[in-house]
Amino acid sequence: MKFTIQVNEGPYQHQATDSAYLFTKAALEKGHEIFRVFFYHDGVNNGTRLTTPPQDDRNIVKRWGELSAGHDLGLVICGAAAQRRGIVDDGEAERNGKDATNIAEGFRISGLGQLVEGAIQSDRLVVFGD
Amino acid sequence: MLHIVNKSPYDRNSLDTAVSYKADGDIFLLIEDGVYAAMKSGAAASKLDGCSVSVLGADIAARGIAEDKLIDGVSVIDYAGFVDLVEANEKVQSWL
Repeated sequence: MKFTIQVNEGPYQHQATDSAYLFTKAALEKGHEIFRVFFYHDGVNNGTRLTTPPQDDRNIVKRWGELSAGHDLGLVICGAAAQRRGIVDDGEAERNGKDATNIAEGFRISGLGQLVEGAIQSDRLVVFGD
Repeated sequence: MLHIVNKSPYDRNSLDTAVSYKADGDIFLLIEDGVYAAMKSGAAASKLDGCSVSVLGADIAARGIAEDKLIDGVSVIDYAGFVDLVEANEKVQSWL
């Protein structure tokens, strides 16, 4: 079965992103397809490579990236939410005159249409948030 | 339909909202702070009367809730079981 996952909360702030990750991992392990993980609202903060959590804590950003690499999983960040919160890739830096980027490996910035497409193309949309 | 509730019933009213939409065959999955609703000693336990209820085992363990403190008949499931519930229910609503 095909799932799209929506994540509305940032890492280390609310359990939503942990729940979403563990659900996504379990679905992949059961042989389901994750069509897309869409990061919305504060969820876009899952996609900055500049976090440095303590070594004995889970690295939420990195483990999303590892899951993506291992399963060809699309991690899509909402562009408007990212602009508000300072999540920047090369294209956004160019467009908005920023002097740096911080997007993490495996993530890309796109529009809300990607969420709508995910909902249409998937059998289930599961939302995690506060 | 699968209703996913992640809020404590002592904090927010999302469980009340979810239960008010209950139809035959619906399942209530309690995750995160939502699991507090499934404690049999809790004032909110009666809200789930007549409901088919599952809780995430990891989330009760994280809150120090032993399985014998849960309402009778509650299913304790893992993330793989969570995935199975989503697969089995054509409609899935997270009551955020």
